[in-house]
Amino acid sequence: MILKTKTSGEAGSASTFKQTYRKTVVKRVSFIIICIIACFLVMIYSATLGSYDISAGEVYQIIWNAITGQAQSDPTAAHIVINLRLPRILGALVCGFALAVCGTAMQSMMKNPLADPYTMGISSGAGFGAALAIILGFELVSGGGVVVNAFIFATIPALVILFLSKFRKATPTMMILCGISLMYLFNALTQLFMLIADPEDLSAVYSWMVGSLDGIDFNELLIVLIITVLGSIYVQYMANQLNIMGIGDESAKTLGVNVDRKRLVVLMVITLMAAAVVSFTGIIGFVGLVAPHIARAIIGADNKYLLPGSAVFGALLLLVSDIIARTITAPLMLPVGVITACIGGPLFMFLILRNNKEIWS
Amino acid sequence: MTEIRMENMSFSYGNCNVFSNISLKIEGSNLVCILGPNGVGKTTLVKCINKLLKPTSGHIYINDNDVQDMHLLDLAQIMAYVPNSAFSVFSMTVAEAILMGRHPHAGWTTSENDMDVVDKAIDTMDLQDLSERDIRELSAGQLQRVMIARGLAQEPEILILDEPTSNLDVKHQMEVMRFLKRYAVESDTTILMVCHDLNITAAFADRIIIMSNGGIFADGKAEDVLTEDCIKQVYDVDVKVIDVEGRPHVILLPGIKEEKT
Repeated sequence: MILKTKTSGEAGSASTFKQTYRKTVVKRVSFIIICIIACFLVMIYSATLGSYDISAGEVYQIIWNAITGQAQSDPTAAHIVINLRLPRILGALVCGFALAVCGTAMQSMMKNPLADPYTMGISSGAGFGAALAIILGFELVSGGGVVVNAFIFATIPALVILFLSKFRKATPTMMILCGISLMYLFNALTQLFMLIADPEDLSAVYSWMVGSLDGIDFNELLIVLIITVLGSIYVQYMANQLNIMGIGDESAKTLGVNVDRKRLVVLMVITLMAAAVVSFTGIIGFVGLVAPHIARAIIGADNKYLLPGSAVFGALLLLVSDIIARTITAPLMLPVGVITACIGGPLFMFLILRNNKEIWS
Repeated sequence: MTEIRMENMSFSYGNCNVFSNISLKIEGSNLVCILGPNGVGKTTLVKCINKLLKPTSGHIYINDNDVQDMHLLDLAQIMAYVPNSAFSVFSMTVAEAILMGRHPHAGWTTSENDMDVVDKAIDTMDLQDLSERDIRELSAGQLQRVMIARGLAQEPEILILDEPTSNLDVKHQMEVMRFLKRYAVESDTTILMVCHDLNITAAFADRIIIMSNGGIFADGKAEDVLTEDCIKQVYDVDVKVIDVEGRPHVILLPGIKEEKT
């Protein structure tokens, strides 16, 4: 090594490190681009599916006309695509994207492969809020209904952790334990309400909890979209620091990252994103856990590429799951949360078995 | 020129006092080694310097700035820390691990200059062939070289290392130490190192600080500090110190013969 001072003969050609590093970057970017193209194709295909026959070319034409503001040649088809099918498809895209970003960031900063967007009790909080609204008719903001209740209660665990961090350092373990204890509390209360609920309400709460993309409209979508875009930009900006958080708090500090504070800030941002998604769709599980792992197995754990990579993969996963949920028992629609778990689970197992290299330790 | 100044620094974990009233000045392009028995507070001392721990009382100044008032990022721009070991839950390539060293200086993107600095650090630590390997698959010694390379990539004015040679084979031990000694002068860096190997220290250190019983026991050049008497008092072992290439060399006396008689 040092004695060979220094292989300056190869100064002309790039070193092994530079070559392989660039190759890796190309591979990572290709994965992201492929996923984006796949998302686009799946969206078009998805819009053709349903009881009313519309071809992919027509779908493309309708969307193009809608964007450019031209008159639609077939108003019925246009209405079906734009008002009935598209909100749901875009919903899958945005929610899958957001949940995967949240999951990736959560796993990286908690240094825990089991973490997902709901680890901090976000889902149980939201579930409790929803149950309050559905069963007791209690609304935190009058007229806000299930959505506002779910959103506000989903953010409570993060707020509790923020409050506790004034007294104790918010380590990943402390955060996860707090999240879990709040999860038990919320779940217990939710179950208590469900015991006294009448069957109709009970069914409503149950179907909310499984998570579905039914009935999401453009206005709701816009809210989720704005929060997702802002949140994703911030998390992407933090990508380097998330990487550094992964190597241990002491090392991170000596590299200039104030881990204790940054972790809390990222937690707040993730909570807002996940709460926005969960309050409109209910608890769509597994995307946030599995998409980051699958993407990591393919493109590695550098968050700069992993965040966008797992985001587009998560979107793709939810889009495909949505297609299956709509078609497999048509005309009956299954909740998409059931499908994500049914596809994600085996896919995940396959990756665990196939990968001889450990994705996590 | 960089200067680390400690004034009446004490540290205790709860009621357990580690060291008290240490005043030290470390400066210049030197290789400074801290020696001492287990649990004497060597690592605690260096962790106070880089703000990982807060001294119970007293102050540390770096170039006349109180460390406790400095931001971690500002500190990271002038001071690098090479821990004794490292881990990662998720996969991380050697290249990625070393690129992290650029974080205090770099923006969001990796510039060509960052790549060059990292490339040089990888070369120096003999890691080119390993650059795409997962750090979790490396041996302890290889990982230690990765950590040193990360410290070099940080281009610090002060480089702090915690037993950087503990897992290295003899060849790499000698090469790393020879490199650090040269690097201190060439890049005008103050290198502060916690060490356990008396002979490695004796052969390379410009200055040796021996800690014992909650304070500084001795401080100076190898030949003044590493004496039979001093080692007996600090470590409670019998040694014979001989001269090798003008530096003291410590031979541990096993004392088996005496036990027999």
